Amino acid sequence: MTHKQQKERAQERRNTLFFAPMAVLAVLLVALPLIYVLGMSLTANDGSGFTLANYKALLRADYLLVFANSLKLAFYTTAVSLLIGYPFGYCMARAPRGWKSLLMMLVIIPFWTSALVRIFGWKILLQGNGLINTVLKSLGLIDKSIKFLGSYGSVLLAMVYCMISFMILPCHSAVDKMDFTLVEASRDLGAKPWRAFLDVTLPLTLPGIMAGCVLVFVPSVGIFYLSDIMGGGLVLVGNLIRDQLLKVRDWHTGSAMSVLLVVLTAGIYLIYRRCGGDDLGVM
Amino acid sequence: MEEILLSIRNITKNFGEGNVLSGVSLDVRRGEFVTLLGASGCGKTTTLRIVSGLETPDEGEVILDGRDVTALAPEDRPVNTVFQSYALFPHMNVEKNVAYGLKVRGEDKKVIAARVKDMLELVQMSDYAKRMPAQLSGGQRQRIAIARALAPQPKLLLLDEPLGALDLQLRRQMQIELKRLQKKLGITFIYITHDQEEAINMSDRIAVMRGGRFEQLGTPEEIYDRPKTRYVAQFIGRSTILEGTVRCVGNETAVIENANGWFSVSAKDALLKTGQKAEVCVRTERMRASRTPLDVFGLPATVREVRYAGGSVEIFAAMKDGTEAVATSDQPLASAPKAGETVYLHWTIGQAAVIGGASYDA
Repeated sequence: MTHKQQKERAQERRNTLFFAPMAVLAVLLVALPLIYVLGMSLTANDGSGFTLANYKALLRADYLLVFANSLKLAFYTTAVSLLIGYPFGYCMARAPRGWKSLLMMLVIIPFWTSALVRIFGWKILLQGNGLINTVLKSLGLIDKSIKFLGSYGSVLLAMVYCMISFMILPCHSAVDKMDFTLVEASRDLGAKPWRAFLDVTLPLTLPGIMAGCVLVFVPSVGIFYLSDIMGGGLVLVGNLIRDQLLKVRDWHTGSAMSVLLVVLTAGIYLIYRRCGGDDLGVM
Repeated sequence: MEEILLSIRNITKNFGEGNVLSGVSLDVRRGEFVTLLGASGCGKTTTLRIVSGLETPDEGEVILDGRDVTALAPEDRPVNTVFQSYALFPHMNVEKNVAYGLKVRGEDKKVIAARVKDMLELVQMSDYAKRMPAQLSGGQRQRIAIARALAPQPKLLLLDEPLGALDLQLRRQMQIELKRLQKKLGITFIYITHDQEEAINMSDRIAVMRGGRFEQLGTPEEIYDRPKTRYVAQFIGRSTILEGTVRCVGNETAVIENANGWFSVSAKDALLKTGQKAEVCVRTERMRASRTPLDVFGLPATVREVRYAGGSVEIFAAMKDGTEAVATSDQPLASAPKAGETVYLHWTIGQAAVIGGASYDA
């Protein structure tokens, strides 16, 4: 064995040493629970062994509708987040230094308080005798309080509010990393500002947009408590799973639903990677 | 017919930390190759960006082909730029990069295809049409950047240190190619560099910039042989600068004296007056060192170091008052003066330049 090979071996051993704890954590915290849920979903309620019955039980029109509801809400959340988050991230990246850090603070600070608390804050603002209605009334714009809470819009607002950071950060990072000389080159060659954006900025920041969309869409499919707090009355996948696990106490069907949700999520991620998406180390 | 294509007048630009440009004016003739030469931070890139429209001047105007374009956006000016970093669109292949300027102007597809083909032939990159920029070497990217900027047939091509990132061999080769291209197409070039050799080799005229002003504007010969300021004399080429007082002025020559002795310069261009202070620039390759005193004049100096400079020998010597001088000798290293020896510095009278071409008031 040459000296060089020995060195490489030693390096490999060191790498393994660094890797091991992370691998153990990943197995303990991610793989094992998932395998447990998977096993649960493939066994019968009465303990009689392997069965696909739990999955067959999901093939009900009302369940599928719930999945569709969740996907629809996640889609709208992603779309609205993108429409607001991309311009925000763009401006943040292009702003003068002082402004940049201020805007970054505005995005980061909400992370330090519980989402639940912040959503209750919105609820207070939006309720019948809340600040928004009061202001609108005193301005004479409306006579009667508007019933914000319970509307689809209020649920969407809460969803976007909680998720938008995950859109802003990758978009900001993509715009920040882009070489703006390219936009200047495009302008120099005769492109109007809007054209330069479409031809250069947009395609070059697309990886950030895609990452942002996945980061918002995937958790949005599973979140259900926001709809509950805002009184949306929507039945989402999350509600369904919670009810199965905690109310009906049918862990096996609940597990099957969870597995379906994980598969759906993984599918979205795979499509994203197939489309040339980066890994999501976007911060 | 001498026609002015571009005229920039009294351009001032301030980015909030003092003037980057203070009152720069320049006329560029059609078909001319003008170089802005200067150290980094002298305002040359800003000048170029103001011409391209990527920057707006605080004061002054840019006249292109008789039209005031000061307020026009870059896309509305018939001017294209070759950027220092090339700025090729990384998500488009070579062909699409070159076609871009024509495409955004809404040219016909057939016209675009033909023009792209011509451009790639012009820069000898026809075989690379489908490559992505990342698959090209630095020199190849450079060629594509030039082809892309030339494709929309600009009236004026701006080049911002286009060869800065290339190694010396490739740089020399590209200098020749660029110059050939410019002559062939008859396009007006404004070229930025901090490499004085490049500027001298390629330009019709050079503007030496310093601190947001033009220090001197002239042909390479004028800049090299008749520097107007000490800065220009020192920035371009290597030279020894001698200070002294004018003792007498004849028809042909003037005599200048300082602590080291006296020497002659040509009195033709210089409006020298007896009693004035003067600075004289003697280029290293024109300064001679003799072991014996000469009939004309010779400033005594002590040799400090002798260096072989490839083909010639450079003699570093110090004069009585400490002034460092560099002279060139064609003798072999073995027979050249040695360190510690006394030499007499001299030159052909017409080859020394009085800085400013005239008097220098102390």
